[in-house]
Amino acid sequence: MVHCFLIHTICPINVLGAGESRVLYSRVFGPDENTLDGDLGPEERRLLQKEKLLVVARQVRSAVALSREASGQVVVETVPGEEGVALMEADSGVLRLRAGDPFSGERSALWLGIQSLGFTLVCEPHENLLLAEGTLRNLARHCLEHLHMLASGSEVLLKSDRIDVLLSRLLPHGQLLFLNHRFVQSLEKEVTAYMAK
Amino acid sequence: MYSHGSESLIKQAREIQEPELQKFYSRIAKLLQGREYGHETIDSLQRLYLILSATKYTRMLPSELQKRLLSLLLSSSVEQLQVLCSAVLRETLPPSGQELNFNQDTSSLLSSHAAVLLLSQTGSRGDLSCLSAQLLRSLEGRPSEGPAHSLTHTLPIINTILTHSPECLTEDHVTLLSKKLVDWLRYASIQQGGGASSGGFFTGPRSRQPGPIAELDGTVSGDFFTVLCVGQGFTEDQWMNVYSFSMLRHWLLTYNSTSGGHTTGDTDDRSEVDGSVVSMVSATSSSSRLLPPKERLREKAFQYCQRLIEQSDRKAQKRTDTELQKACLVEAVCILDSVCVEDASLVYRAFPCVKALYGRLSSDLSFARVLLPIAQFYLNHGEMAAVDCECVWKLVFGRFPAELFNDHFLAHELLQFLRQNLGNLQLRVPQYISSFPNLLKFLAWDSPAVVDDFVDLLPSLVTAGTAVELLHSLLDLPCLSATLVLQLRSMYFPISEPGGRGLLSLEAFRSPSYRGLFLFLLRGEAGSGDTIARLNKLHELLAEAVDWARVVQCAQTVPVLLHVYFNTVITVADEKLLAQLILVLLERSSLLFNIPKYIKEIHRVFSCHLLRLCKLRPSLVVDQSHELLEFAGTTANVFSKEDVFTHVVWVLGEYLSVSSDSRCSVELITSCFESLEAVLFEVTSSAPPPGEAHAAPRVITSLMSALAKLASRSHDLIPRVSLFLSKLRTVTRGGSVPWCSNEEDIAAVVTRGEELWSLLKVPSVAQIVLTPPPHVTTPQWHRDTNAAMPLQLRALTSLTQSH
Repeated sequence: MVHCFLIHTICPINVLGAGESRVLYSRVFGPDENTLDGDLGPEERRLLQKEKLLVVARQVRSAVALSREASGQVVVETVPGEEGVALMEADSGVLRLRAGDPFSGERSALWLGIQSLGFTLVCEPHENLLLAEGTLRNLARHCLEHLHMLASGSEVLLKSDRIDVLLSRLLPHGQLLFLNHRFVQSLEKEVTAYMAK
Repeated sequence: MYSHGSESLIKQAREIQEPELQKFYSRIAKLLQGREYGHETIDSLQRLYLILSATKYTRMLPSELQKRLLSLLLSSSVEQLQVLCSAVLRETLPPSGQELNFNQDTSSLLSSHAAVLLLSQTGSRGDLSCLSAQLLRSLEGRPSEGPAHSLTHTLPIINTILTHSPECLTEDHVTLLSKKLVDWLRYASIQQGGGASSGGFFTGPRSRQPGPIAELDGTVSGDFFTVLCVGQGFTEDQWMNVYSFSMLRHWLLTYNSTSGGHTTGDTDDRSEVDGSVVSMVSATSSSSRLLPPKERLREKAFQYCQRLIEQSDRKAQKRTDTELQKACLVEAVCILDSVCVEDASLVYRAFPCVKALYGRLSSDLSFARVLLPIAQFYLNHGEMAAVDCECVWKLVFGRFPAELFNDHFLAHELLQFLRQNLGNLQLRVPQYISSFPNLLKFLAWDSPAVVDDFVDLLPSLVTAGTAVELLHSLLDLPCLSATLVLQLRSMYFPISEPGGRGLLSLEAFRSPSYRGLFLFLLRGEAGSGDTIARLNKLHELLAEAVDWARVVQCAQTVPVLLHVYFNTVITVADEKLLAQLILVLLERSSLLFNIPKYIKEIHRVFSCHLLRLCKLRPSLVVDQSHELLEFAGTTANVFSKEDVFTHVVWVLGEYLSVSSDSRCSVELITSCFESLEAVLFEVTSSAPPPGEAHAAPRVITSLMSALAKLASRSHDLIPRVSLFLSKLRTVTRGGSVPWCSNEEDIAAVVTRGEELWSLLKVPSVAQIVLTPPPHVTTPQWHRDTNAAMPLQLRALTSLTQSH
């Protein structure tokens, strides 16, 4: 079960402090883990959830920075139309989130770093990471294409319904799916039809 | 990619003022009153979503708008509206009293997006139970009633509910779903769904004659449908097959473990009887209908996984399908593993299959991540099946770390495997501990990502047999990091560049005369020696690596791991080993890779733990006095290893006494005194050697204190100390001194000198102050009859007075 999906910045931002990350899209699947156990009010719960996601984004940001520093890789800007290249040159990795930091149980954060943005999937520890990796790459590719993320527009903020629909097909309610290319084609047709509107 | 435009949008969304916001709300409400929804409505909804989600503080919508959005979500057939309404409502809270009613029967036609909202707003486990009951009711009914979507997303929702509270499903529900899962997994249609142009779930009778499904390599499929089968289009039950398999492992893990836990008393007897019945029955699949639903599902899951393993051997035509085959293999082996854990009789059927798979994949390192679940299977069931697992461990602890240390995902999964099976591995797999040099390669390569795992694993690697070698390996971790970089570079650029732009260290790595040094670092197993004699040479050869980012990151994790190491080693080490460790500390403090700040950090860790070790076993000081004195008697150490030197001196002063160890003789105390005295003279008589900073006052005061302590134990030495201290006072009164530039520091040193001098004027008092007897340093006030009485009286008084 995937716990959440995030799109966030992994580059330095002027107005934020060093190491901070701006979350551009976040989606938590399933009931809020704080609901079932704690006795916080609904507003506090939402605040807590947002804070936890921010913590994850920050941790992934520093993981990406360290990984890029260690490999000495220079981040090359690609232009719209080169989504395939951008995806091939993306860094990827996985981070262990200890129990309590910030979620109550242990999680794994799978990340894909494409230039200045990161795509993160937070999964249960026993998740099939091979499948999750493939799904994450697929999601990222669709986001890059349908939201023109390699350009400098803000569609990721203003057209977030497209990401919602993408998730509802490829990762419904956080469920990773074993889809061979035919099934994927079928779902992608639906997604493309939606995006064309 | 991330532009100023986006940043300013977010800022605007957060800072929108209340009046403007209210105007926006009423505009949207008006827009939504109409029947048609154009671009303006959609745009406004999207902006509303941005405004609500951009801030972590909740904004409440006016209740009319809220109601309108909710009714749109439940009634509209336009997906974009559903999506936007669901997203907006999720980012806000319903006004109290208007929470979604979980008991509505209309939710049998619940769209996926409405369900998302429901799930995010559940307030309790009761709500989840209601929702799951409704979903299962909708599954029970004839599938073709509602729109196709409403059925397929049922399984993911149930899986989500399972994750958060498995007890929401009753026994009946579990039975029902087990039966359904069996149907979908094993008996899905083997004809292609026609009508590929519609792209939907349903096939109409008007579409052309569908053919049979095919395998990934194009051949016609000869057995039941699985996720690795393709067709032009898919029928609904084939979709359900995919969704069922996707949640199967989680389902089996959740309900298998609870099924066995009901009766504690006679579980053993029951399972024995049941086991024998099941093993007879499961041999022939036709009679598996006699099995209860859970066991039947287990049997079908078993068959499904076997089929997947066989299907994965085919050469897929597309690359993405090859990746899927790998993922399916991992899943299949994991399911087989958990099924065998539940029903041990299945091990005999599963093992040949898994063993064959291992044989197929073990020589291909690109399947390394698939081999890990196979290793788990061997670990769990190998003993029972009496299979030799040596080759598996050789692979996991030998080849994987040695050749795939730079695969992030493999590192993560392998270390997770170790963490989760630590107990078992320590007991049954001796290669685990002896392969720590190999395991450390993961750490040397990608320290920030895996240091967390090693903090958990390191204690298990610290044993009496490996302790010394492990300590050396940890200290040499940055060198290992540099060596791994060189190893990879050497592989990618096998021929040296002719222009001489190549690295010196790379040359050294390839040169045969230094091969041995690098090979030692790259060794796979412990036991061939603690460290190398020419460590200095190695550091020299790798000198240009001190500013490589990877090496620096690695160096930053070493102090943390050393702390973990020392905390563990004191629990497993005997006196002899601790003595050896002190020697290693002293020796290595001058033999460290010269990364900026690294040496200082390590010295700090050393000092801290030297202190702890000696406090724990004071007799160690007398035992190792020769080496400690040698270290403390070398004046150069004052400047190059200040931290360690200070602590060694302190430790000598504190514990070189008869009360710590009866072997401490007057001669020993005197010789120690003389060594320290010589150093103190040297340091306070001249300027520091060229290139070194002044010795910190702490060093000088600790030398003085140590001398005073030693003198208090052997009173003949007192005059010598007093003489020195008074001379010191005279000299410093004259103004500046060559060994210290700071006036405050000089004052501090002189003050301490005066205190000690006056203390030593009364030798018996000095002895008690500077060498306190044990009962003073370890007070047990509550047990001491002399001290306890005042405490008791005070307690009684305060009790009586409070009344």
